[in-house]
Amino acid sequence: MSDKRYIARSTAIAARVLGDEMMIMSATDSTLFTLDELGTVVWEAADGVTPLEEIVANEVCTRYDVSEEVALKDVESFVEALVRRGLLFLSNEPIRQTNPQGDSA
Amino acid sequence: MSSLVAEMSSKALKLNIPLSVQLDLTYRCNERCIHCYLDHDDHGEMTTAEIKGLLDQMAEAGVFYLTISGGEILMRRDFFELLEYARARTFSVKLKTNGVLIREKEAARIRSLGVEYVQVSIYSHRPEVHDAITKMPGSLEQSIRGMRLLRQHGIHVIMANVLMRQNALDYSGVKALAAELGAQFMLDPTVTPMMDGDRSILNLNVDEAALREVFQNEALVGNVEEFCAPPLGPDEEALSALPCSAGHTACYVSPYGDVYPCVQFPMPCGNVRRTKFVDIWRHSPQLNEVRSITLGDMPSCSKCVHGGSCTRCPGLAYLEGDMRGPSYQDCEKSFARTGVPSENLKARKASGSRAHIQLIQIQGLQPASRPLMSEVSENASLSA
Repeated sequence: MSDKRYIARSTAIAARVLGDEMMIMSATDSTLFTLDELGTVVWEAADGVTPLEEIVANEVCTRYDVSEEVALKDVESFVEALVRRGLLFLSNEPIRQTNPQGDSA
Repeated sequence: MSSLVAEMSSKALKLNIPLSVQLDLTYRCNERCIHCYLDHDDHGEMTTAEIKGLLDQMAEAGVFYLTISGGEILMRRDFFELLEYARARTFSVKLKTNGVLIREKEAARIRSLGVEYVQVSIYSHRPEVHDAITKMPGSLEQSIRGMRLLRQHGIHVIMANVLMRQNALDYSGVKALAAELGAQFMLDPTVTPMMDGDRSILNLNVDEAALREVFQNEALVGNVEEFCAPPLGPDEEALSALPCSAGHTACYVSPYGDVYPCVQFPMPCGNVRRTKFVDIWRHSPQLNEVRSITLGDMPSCSKCVHGGSCTRCPGLAYLEGDMRGPSYQDCEKSFARTGVPSENLKARKASGSRAHIQLIQIQGLQPASRPLMSEVSENASLSA
């Protein structure tokens, strides 16, 4: 098992960019969420194969004037909140998804 | 409407994004409901590839809520292929069906594809009434079986009950059936004209006394005093308000690719077989005309005491001959709800005519060649 962490979007969701925000609806309970610009950046980078630390370094720190340490901490708590709601998967292994319900192999 | 949903709708309006689309896959149906507004022949439905292309275009245009309806959606052999394609493009999908063709396999597949809800039409809890409306013997039993399977798979089911003379006494029984199945109940007291403009089915609508009874039913409307309160008349804000989402943040696409402001507003605005969806949405002169109309532009409704609180449907007004005019059916509903006649009803009474309504022949139905996150939950109930 690697010490890297990977995040992948659940496919049991509906999602669409609306202006500078991302709308996300959980398909399990129809709860609606919106992500702001930074949240949208992380969401779109959550491909299951790019390590979280790389997402922070390449996608977040290049856009915002923030240290990697501070950005990583913010992104970790954001990811934790989305994982708790079933919107993101977090794993120590790359995540490969196979169908729209979000089953991962 | 929750505040977050309202905020998203407002943002979509500002950005001119079609947030919601109803896409009818087919007008073919295994039932023959007496009040149905559709012709059930296949005049050249879009192919699987055409619909997939349209779904791609709609995702790109920003469509979030996608209602897939018909006809009976399961009459399309490619239904699940299309549903899977739509979900892979992350639409929030709602399905409308009569439930007759839903077996274990279909219910499991719908569950696995994560739709928001499935709406099933039920007209009565009594088979003799429901089946007489659908003209399909055994249809109530089969629809209930379909709904039970959907519920067993944990799917949110809405039982939609259209009120008409034939089932005017049955909505309480349908509501109890919905509760027994764990489904949400929704009552719609309006039978609408056919898409081709034929208004003969309007005589199925319940009379004013039956409407009044519905509007006085606390179990359906909540606070009756508030729901039936006398209207105050439109204020300045109401006069500049938009009539409804049709053409503003929502539209409808027929099985033949025709785009309309709404399924109840059959004004042809373009066809996706000839023009890109987003170009129709942004540049159709018809849609832009719909968007330009506020309550203040409506000669009769802007002066009507119900102007600020009426459920006026611009599509029904269009079918009556003038999309800036009143909708007689909504005038009747406002009267039944409050006991106060609308300007339109008063004028008709004064002229001694009940309803001199122009028949509109519809064209286009032929085959076309912050913090990072905030949250809410949604609900729905009476569609008045």
